[in-house]
Amino acid sequence: MKSKQSFYKRHDGLILGTISIILFLSLWEAVWDLKLISPLFFSGPSEVIKKFHELMVDGTLLSDLAFSGQTFAIGFLISSLTGIVLGIILGWYRWLRLISNPIVTAFYSMPRVAMVPLIIMWVGTGMKSKIYVVFLFSFFSILVNTIAGVKALDPDLLRAARAYCATDWQIFTTVALPGSIPFILTGIRQGVSLGLIGVVIGEMVGGGSQGIGYMVAFGGQAFQTDTVFVGVVIIAFAGILLTWLAERLERRFSRWKPEH
Amino acid sequence: MKLLIDHVSKQYRLDREAREVPALVDVSLSVDDGEFMAIVGPSGCGKTSLMSIVAGLLPYDSGTVSIDGNPIKGPGVDRAVVFQHASLLPWRTVTGNIRYGMELQRRFDGPTMKERTEYFTKLVGLDGFERHYPSELSGGMQQRTNLARALAADPAVLLMDEPFAALDAQTREFMQSELLKIWAQTRKTVLFITHQINEAVYLADRVAVMSSRPGRLKGLFTIPFGRPRTLSLKRDPKFLEIEDQIWKLIEEEQS
Repeated sequence: MKSKQSFYKRHDGLILGTISIILFLSLWEAVWDLKLISPLFFSGPSEVIKKFHELMVDGTLLSDLAFSGQTFAIGFLISSLTGIVLGIILGWYRWLRLISNPIVTAFYSMPRVAMVPLIIMWVGTGMKSKIYVVFLFSFFSILVNTIAGVKALDPDLLRAARAYCATDWQIFTTVALPGSIPFILTGIRQGVSLGLIGVVIGEMVGGGSQGIGYMVAFGGQAFQTDTVFVGVVIIAFAGILLTWLAERLERRFSRWKPEH
Repeated sequence: MKLLIDHVSKQYRLDREAREVPALVDVSLSVDDGEFMAIVGPSGCGKTSLMSIVAGLLPYDSGTVSIDGNPIKGPGVDRAVVFQHASLLPWRTVTGNIRYGMELQRRFDGPTMKERTEYFTKLVGLDGFERHYPSELSGGMQQRTNLARALAADPAVLLMDEPFAALDAQTREFMQSELLKIWAQTRKTVLFITHQINEAVYLADRVAVMSSRPGRLKGLFTIPFGRPRTLSLKRDPKFLEIEDQIWKLIEEEQS
């Protein structure tokens, strides 16, 4: 039933998006080229690429990237696993939910950045404390969304499963888990972007001397504007990439949803 | 006798008003092996409560419900329910949903499940739609899937809870005659609940009439028509007469 569409219609998002990026970069380069702003505070795409190459060659960028990537991956993995498991338990048992609700709500709605100094005091300035910061940032979104997903399960489906003699485990694997996956994935997507904020903040304010966040903070203090821009571009790119991956995952699991 | 409902009563507790409301009072009904029994009554007559009790989903206060002489304790593999809302898993295809009841009950091995899934997909006329998700199906097709899931589980008694109530009038008529064709090939014992008198008379061997608040059994009609039946039967004078008698029975109690 695939109707023949023009190349443009099939890829309009990609084409228009690319045009927008190229326009943005050209405009940026043009403004930079006019030299209206001092290079002390500003940089242009050509300079950023040069600096990027330089930092790649001397190896500092790769080691910072590895440090940040590892911190994010470990922190995010832990918060996903614990958030989903705990979320399903809290979603299923009303009394447990009522007990935990005030605490979960408090953590979910507070600006969690306020907790970062405490984490540094308790855990120190190494990678471990940054992992805690990532966890703190991403965990509650995943937890709260998973709870909402289990609560939103269709009672008709639970009733049907019971009528066909489903055991509790069968209800969990065939109704509760697949039924809450769309919500879990929304939590994952939010958790990814919050976790990324966590990495950067942890490295910027958490002491230590490694990571992209540190690179940006240090570059800013030393007026190495090009370095700051390299860091910002990398963080923006990581954000785009991870969100895109999370959205793809969400779509992959939502094939059965009615298309709108 | 296949299914015996023996002096069953059920009360609901209204916590707000701190009192008990009788939903079913002393209901007795026996359904023979291979018989199509319909229960008809106005909304609020407890027919859905009765269905849930027989399905083992709702505890009751007194009396017994037994199948082949064995009292039921909760849901069992000897029964399967066709729900009013199709209650299909939205993330499973038609095939996955038809398998689902068998999967949960674990009475059949893998190859048998596959074979039965294919057989009942064809029987309800869903071949060609195996890989569709429920959201891609019409209401009538969703109910066919619902029916196939129940039949594939091979129950001794098939329970149908107003399965066509949510369909539009034309689809409903069509599904009624389809159901009779499918039933003719399986000859299951059926307990069919509906609020539509002509649906009950058209489908069933016998029709039990319930009164509302509290739910009581008010009358039992034997439907004299042979099978197969066609939709034109609904315009037969004898058909209309039975429909009228049942209607009068329900009406007299409501005035």
